This record gives sequence, structure tokens and C-alpha cells, in this order.
Amino acid sequence: MRFITLCVRTLAVSESNFISAAEHAGETFVLNLGPQHPATHGVLRVKLTMDGEYITRAEPVPGYIHRMHEKMGENRNYAQFLPNTSRIDYLSAMHYTHAFVGVVERAAKLEVPPRAEYIRVITSELNRISSHLVWFGAFLLDLGGFTPLLYAFDDREKILDLLEGITGSRLTYCYYRFGGVCNDIDDEFIRGTRAFLEEMRPRLKLYRELVTDNIILRKRLIDIGPISAELCRKYGATGPVIRGAGVPYDVRRSEPYSVYPELDFVVPTHAEGDCMARYLVRMEEMGQSLRIIEQALDRLPEGPVLGKAPKTVKLPPGDYCYAVEAARGRFMVRVISDGKEIPYRVKLRAPSFSNLSLFEEASQGMMLPDALAVMGSLDLVIPDIDR
Amino acid sequence: MKHSPRQIIDGFWSLLTGMRITLGQFFKPTVTVQYPHESLKMPTRFRGHIVFVRDPETGKSLCIACKACEKACPSDCIVVDGIKREGEKRKSVTDFKLDFTKCSLCGSCVEVCPTDALEFSRAYNLASVSKEQFHCIDLVKRLEQE
Repeated sequence: MRFITLCVRTLAVSESNFISAAEHAGETFVLNLGPQHPATHGVLRVKLTMDGEYITRAEPVPGYIHRMHEKMGENRNYAQFLPNTSRIDYLSAMHYTHAFVGVVERAAKLEVPPRAEYIRVITSELNRISSHLVWFGAFLLDLGGFTPLLYAFDDREKILDLLEGITGSRLTYCYYRFGGVCNDIDDEFIRGTRAFLEEMRPRLKLYRELVTDNIILRKRLIDIGPISAELCRKYGATGPVIRGAGVPYDVRRSEPYSVYPELDFVVPTHAEGDCMARYLVRMEEMGQSLRIIEQALDRLPEGPVLGKAPKTVKLPPGDYCYAVEAARGRFMVRVISDGKEIPYRVKLRAPSFSNLSLFEEASQGMMLPDALAVMGSLDLVIPDIDR
Repeated sequence: MKHSPRQIIDGFWSLLTGMRITLGQFFKPTVTVQYPHESLKMPTRFRGHIVFVRDPETGKSLCIACKACEKACPSDCIVVDGIKREGEKRKSVTDFKLDFTKCSLCGSCVEVCPTDALEFSRAYNLASVSKEQFHCIDLVKRLEQE
């Protein structure tokens, strides 16, 4: 008994080394942000130690929506895991399925017809725009602007209708298969997408006038929450977060996959590293995605959409990786196979988890409303963090 | 806090731009669908829960009880049983139960079916006061009742 007391005391003493002066003097309080807070969009909980209005420590507590996707991958065959991939990050389901079918195709050396690759690019980029539109609406909702959400969802609805027409589902598409895609796109989809491209460009201009140039937003975001490239590297943050810190890191360019090398687009970067930089990166990415879709539609070849794939997929023993640029950053699937129908291990490297982990260091000494702006600008999707 | 005249002008300009765009929306067509009174048409590829396809010749199901869907289902929500009747080449289905509480509407069963005996229904207004109604959707009985 005395030993336990001693241990507890030693622990208490060793922990106190990390406690700030205000915390030591007992002048701080603990504020629970979440798991049911509207600004955490889901069930993220952040334990904030506050010194008045300032944050001295922010400890994210993930795990409230943990669904064991990696473990589920180990007890079902490759095809049966496909529906899971769209449920990891429900806002960019296409990219996640792409990574999983990609790793299987790479390992089993399956051929993908060119038409299928172009369809994958078109649908992925549409999904990226719809994901960024949700972020745009939700981020401004966090900052206290309600109306932009309605504009964003109006546009997003058009994308969801288009994707529903070809996949049959509005969010959890499960559209890609090993060796291609499950349905061919029809003329209606191509017409609808072209019409959407025409409609979306003036809308991006409208967003710029209504929101980006608005003085209230600029004051709320410029010079708030700087995240340096060094900090991004330290925590493995990717996607718009690292591009907002001036590093042109984009998986589509650095580890080219699918038909992206054939398409012409720029990777938008902003060197400031503040919330505004991350905001601008995402807004410019939407414009770039429109460019990619337009080129892919122009080059869309004829032909089959589903290549030859074995009925039951078995990968040769080995360790395989495939990374894609999801809407939130680098998403990578690592599959270790022992030659059976069921993978030995499925590792999912989710971008939101890395992006969240830098929040603790980035929010040091920040005011609470600013920290919420930073959290919004990281574009966290909680099921993606917990998996 | 002191504001420079430049900031005040910027603020007014932001306000005016915002009002211009908001007022412009007044003259745009309405996009809201008054849902319970009117509803949108479901796309042809909409993935509802699965139903049997009726064989146009015999009026019965095309299912041969091969259990391919049972094996393909990631959530184990399908139970199929069938018998081989005398004078028939193939097995015919006697029991096809779908546990819709576990189904994730992935469509693996529809894709894997060798005789194309399954299709998606267009039903999306699925609501019930008891969970039991979705525990066991009997596709054979459903086809007979139609």
C-alpha cells in the first residue's frame, strides 16, 4: 500500500515538471471542448487547460467514434473491405476507395483500362470539390457566418446529384473496383458535369467577393494560428495544411498515380502559414479541380471500364503501399499479405490524425476563439481521425 | 480601438458587396423541394435494399440458391436456402432473408449474382416503429405478395 502511494506521489511530481507557472499556482481551469461541441464537427474532445482566455495546454482526446476499420480489414477478404473504405472519411469517399483498390491493383499487377482511370480522376476531383465545399460552409459556420453554408451546400447538391446518378449513392459511393469502376458513365453525367463546370466558376468568384474579400473574415484569419513548415514536418501534416505553410507537397505530383501526370494543374501554395493561407489553398484547389475535370472530360477515351480481375483476389505475400491525395492530405493504405484471401494487416494512414496532432503545439498561448479558427482551418473529419 | 479611414471604407465596401449578392439571390429560382408534398425522382442506379427480379416467363424468382451473395456479403446479412425440385434443371429458392439492420447497401450481392436475380429497390422512405420489421426482410414472401 505504501509502495503504491509512493508511486502515485512520484508520478505527480514528475508530471508537475510540464506544468506552466499559472497552472502551478492553481490559477488555471480545465475546459472540455466536445465531444458534443458544434465546432468540433463530430465527437472530438479537446481538454483545454485555460489561463483566463488563453490556452496553456490543449490535449485532443480522440477515440469516441473508433470503429476498428483496420481490424475489420483483417477478418474479411479484399472485396468485402471495399464498402468500409468510403466510411473512413465520409466526405472524400472516392479518394479512400481509390487508395485501397490502388494497393490491390499494384500488388496483383492488375491492368486498369484508360477510360476507367479517367473516370476515377473525374469522380475523385468532383468529390474533392464537394468535400472542400462542406469544409467551406462548416468553417465559416465555426467563425459565426451562417449564410455561406447555404451557398456551399447548394453547389454541393449538384455534385451529389451527379455522383448519385452514376454510383447510386450520395456519400458512401463504393464505386471503384479492382481493375476499374463498376458502372460506366453516361452522356447525362458528362453533360451534367460540363454544365456544373460552367456554373461553378462564377460561384467561386461569388465566394471570393462575398467571403474571401470580406473584412470580417480577413480580420478573423490573417496572422491567426501560424503553422510553420517545420511544425508540419514534425507531425506529418499533409494536404492543404502543409501547402498553406508554403511547401508544394501534393501526392498527385510527388508520387504520381492514375493519370494525373498527363493532366495540367498547379499545386496552390501560400507561404504565410496562417489560417488565411490554408483557406486560400483550399479555395484555389477547387479551381484547379475544375481544370482537371475539364481536361479529363476532353481526353476521356472510349473502351471498357472494368479490366480483368480474378474472382477471388489473392495477393502474393509481401508488403504493399499506395498513397493518394485525399481532400485532407495524404491517405495511404498499407497491406501486408501472407498469400491468403484475407489480408494479414491493413494499415490506414489517415491525414486528419496527423493534422490534429499538431494542434496541441500550435494552439499554445492562443485565445480560445482563435484556436477554434485554427481547428476549423485544419479541416478535421472525426471518423477519419479515429478510423 | 482606433480605425483608420481606409478600414472604415473597406468595411462599408464589404457590407455593400454582401448585400448586393444577398439581394441578387432574391431573384434566383427556388431550389427547395417541399419534401413530403413533392419528392424528387430517384435515379435509376439508386441503391435501396435488394429485391428479387421476377422471371418474365414463369413469374417466379430467377434465384438458383447458389449462395454466392451469402458469401460475398461483408456483413453476413443474407441467408439463402433452396431445394432441387424434380423435373427442374436448377435449384430453386425457398428462403431468402435479408437482415436490413446490418446491411450497408454496398451492392456486392447484386454484382456477384450469376443469374441477375437481385436488384435494388427504389424504396427510400424506410421507417418503422419497431426494429423487428427490418431484422428479417423475406424476399421470397415479398415477391409472392406483389
